[in-house]
Amino acid sequence: MSAVIENHHDDHHHGPDKGLMRWVLTTNHKDIGTLYLWFSFAMFLVGGCMALVIRAELFQPGLQLVVPEFFNQMTTMHGLIMVFGAVMPAFVGLANWLVPMMIGAPDMALPRMNNYSFWILPFAFGMLLSTLFMEGGAPNFGWTFYAPLSTEYAPPSVTFFIFAVHLMGISSIMGSINVVVTILNLRAPGMRLMDMPLFVWTWLITAYLLIAVMPVLAGVVTMMLMDIHFGTAFFNAGGGGDPVLFQHVFWFFGHPEVYIMILPAFGVVSAIIPTFARKKLFGYDSMVYATASIAFLSFIVWAHHMFTVGMPIAGELYFMYATMLIAVPTGVKVFNWVATMWQGSMTFETPMLFAIAFVILFTIGGLSGLMLAIVPADFQYHDTYFVVAHFHYVLVPGSIFSIMAAAYYWLPKWTGNMYDETLGKTHFWLSFVGVNVTFFPQHFIGLAGMPRRYPDYALQFADWNMVSSVGAFIFGFSQLLFLFIVIKCVMGGKKATDEVWDGAEGLEWTIASPAPYHTFSTPPALPERATA
Amino acid sequence: MTGTEKRDQGRSGYLIGLKWLIAAIAVGSSWSVLADWSALNMTQGVTEISREVYDLHMLIFGICVLIGVIVFGIMIWSMLVHRKSLGHEPATFSHSTKLEYAWTIIPIFILIGMAVPATSTLRDMYDSSNADIDIEVRGYQWKWQYTYLNDDPAQEVKFMSSLLTPPDEFYNRAPKREHYLSDVDNPLVIPINKRVRFLITSNDVIHSWWVPDFAVKKDAIPGFVHESWAVVEEPGIYRGKCTELCGKDHGFMPIVVKAVEQDEYENWLAMKQQEAKDVYETVGKTWSMAELMETGETVYAQHCQTCHQANGQGIPPAFPSLVGQGMAIGDLDAHVDIVVNGKAGSAMQAFAAQLNPAEIAAVVTYERNAWGNDVGDLVQPREVNALIVAKE
Ligand code: HEC
Ligand SMILES: [Cu+2]
Repeated sequence: MSAVIENHHDDHHHGPDKGLMRWVLTTNHKDIGTLYLWFSFAMFLVGGCMALVIRAELFQPGLQLVVPEFFNQMTTMHGLIMVFGAVMPAFVGLANWLVPMMIGAPDMALPRMNNYSFWILPFAFGMLLSTLFMEGGAPNFGWTFYAPLSTEYAPPSVTFFIFAVHLMGISSIMGSINVVVTILNLRAPGMRLMDMPLFVWTWLITAYLLIAVMPVLAGVVTMMLMDIHFGTAFFNAGGGGDPVLFQHVFWFFGHPEVYIMILPAFGVVSAIIPTFARKKLFGYDSMVYATASIAFLSFIVWAHHMFTVGMPIAGELYFMYATMLIAVPTGVKVFNWVATMWQGSMTFETPMLFAIAFVILFTIGGLSGLMLAIVPADFQYHDTYFVVAHFHYVLVPGSIFSIMAAAYYWLPKWTGNMYDETLGKTHFWLSFVGVNVTFFPQHFIGLAGMPRRYPDYALQFADWNMVSSVGAFIFGFSQLLFLFIVIKCVMGGKKATDEVWDGAEGLEWTIASPAPYHTFSTPPALPERATA
Repeated sequence: MTGTEKRDQGRSGYLIGLKWLIAAIAVGSSWSVLADWSALNMTQGVTEISREVYDLHMLIFGICVLIGVIVFGIMIWSMLVHRKSLGHEPATFSHSTKLEYAWTIIPIFILIGMAVPATSTLRDMYDSSNADIDIEVRGYQWKWQYTYLNDDPAQEVKFMSSLLTPPDEFYNRAPKREHYLSDVDNPLVIPINKRVRFLITSNDVIHSWWVPDFAVKKDAIPGFVHESWAVVEEPGIYRGKCTELCGKDHGFMPIVVKAVEQDEYENWLAMKQQEAKDVYETVGKTWSMAELMETGETVYAQHCQTCHQANGQGIPPAFPSLVGQGMAIGDLDAHVDIVVNGKAGSAMQAFAAQLNPAEIAAVVTYERNAWGNDVGDLVQPREVNALIVAKE
């Protein structure tokens, strides 16, 4: 309690600056968290609009709204913006807000660097988006940008794309170094690693993944840059290079990247389910070990994205077996969540609804992932809508639902006000229905033979594409409701208590709501450990 | 709350749970009866391999559904019964070593159960030895080239296969017919019950050659030749697609394979060989302007229009306009040269590999005299041929 009183005192002398410069110059983890979250939401809407252009074009066969060149720009930019602009910054925003509060630290360990890593992003994405207005158009080679389509055959804007990726990489690396240093150095005295909340654990592991693979991404785009402008031939078969090398390097980054987008989600869900089940998280230790094993395995399975590039059979078999192994720790996580719910005393507020939907729909995405690991079957699934359905199931009702669950769960702590529960539930049900109507039929379209990244399709795919497009518009527009709910909550509403949720555990619930500008200037005394 | 009250509440919780479960099963089963599976599921195809793959797919799918039903069933049951609103008190357990071992080890056995059949199918697919026929499949932006490899180059049949659906259909100016976007001008023809090996490569970017009915999907990568094979058991027309993003018309380069009886195949091949010979002879004769323009228009529509557009205006800056500017109204030799040899590092391909000298002469003449380009000159097939020969 003494910490809280002291904070009040502090506030008086050292509150936030006024006006715009507060946000430009801020080194406060809560301000930076807020910036990240709003930035990510803006990118979510931009990327979402692109998705709606795609779905509107695919509403029926024929080319109605856009030409194929522009369609390819939309699929490419949608992917890049959602991955690098929406999902990743949202998790960094959550880390900024929550990690210091969860471990009893006064701020992130490297506050000035924290400021830089955020403020790089608007420039990176400004540059990326500006390519839409350039001669020759924006990048049109897919978010996976396979060479030589992205080198010899790319539009001139590819150079700007490369620079933007470099900037995003720098931002991510700085952000993750900050997370690692904060977690390893600034925990409240007495908090052991195995006492940390799972969100902190998952972020610690994610940060290591980022530090390991963002340089690989930087490397691959630099090789592209060399090929395009400096006459090298890394990926140019005509010059003795190897286009498949590109894919190996890209996916060595790309596969850990997909776990970067899901591990923090595991942390969020592991915080929310126990609260609303009024029961301790089942199998904390195994959750930590499972997260670490998934992270490790993510480095040795990259070529399961490349089963059709003609690897020798030994390679195919190895990558198949290694990929199937990931099902084991992932299964452990799902079973642990179910066991946490089992025999609990559950209530179903909005965060819990999103968390439960996460468990179910992420599992569906995981199971279709297991199907994709089976090489002979993958030959039929690869690059069809089955894959599109698979990764949207793990990313939209996976990562994005977890981000929304987190927003509802911690909003009262951030703003001091309760959000509107009825509207929150409405938002949940609209999103839940929208997401499933959009992506479930895509499994069928894919199995029936429709490849991905097609601006137009044969008539037998018409019905389910129409259904999918309707779902996309439901999902897309319900996010405006989310925006409204968040703004309404920021503006006012029922006052939140300090604890907010009656079953919630963790240091963040011991401080005032809204969280004061500075918290834990003196480290908190930890509650008596309930002996392991 | 007294003990009995609590027990009663507990019981009504179970009843509610049961009712929901029955309703869910009823809805689920009536839906699966109504659904038409062929439009929703993977094809069984027409080769032994494709059927093996289908069986494998159904096996894993079944296992996944089973896992899903069990896990979601438990979750849903718990959600219906273990609610605060029903007065359910939370239990206090937070781990169980036995359970945790069980759900780590049992999945490993399930995975092994999947890996075994997958491995054996994959071995079969990878054995591409002892082929009866070798066909080179070469991806181009945005069409396929098929070459029936033959020790005697004069006997080699080679042709391009590109989309037949007219742009009017995809721009909604004409009704879409059956096989919309799935028809080509020259299908690949193969005999049934023969082991046909496909040697897959690309001329420009990466494409991927996919025929679902054969369970063959292999990336066509510049600088690599990958093998795949099929023994087709039933005559028929099988349709496939390009499945690796390859630029603007990725969605417009379908694959059609016509599987026929052996003797029909032989007749067809003989006819193709004769055609190649005929073409060779026409190169020698002198063509009139009208003949060149007529052939040129067809060649242009088939090979140049996707990039330079029907009106010749192109899509600058990616694809230059040929109207009233540049090489099409400039030096004739330079114009022939770019069509024959292409331009390195751009989408403009070397058409000498795809078109015969007569076709090249015709299309160049056409470009110089169409859309208001009134250069008035023409080039003879034999001159183009001389150029190609000189280069070789
Ligand atoms: C895959 C797209 C594509 C196709 C198909 C294509 N071209 Fe081109 N063409 C280009 C591009 C790109 C250029 C510009 C090359 C450069 O200068 O970098 C070009 C340039 C040209 C030029 C030179 C224009 C100038 O004034 O500089 C001519 C002539 C030409 N093409 C003729 C043809 C003919 C004839 C065909 C059909 C047989 C054809 N092209 C098919 C993409 C294509
Ligand atoms: Cu292609």
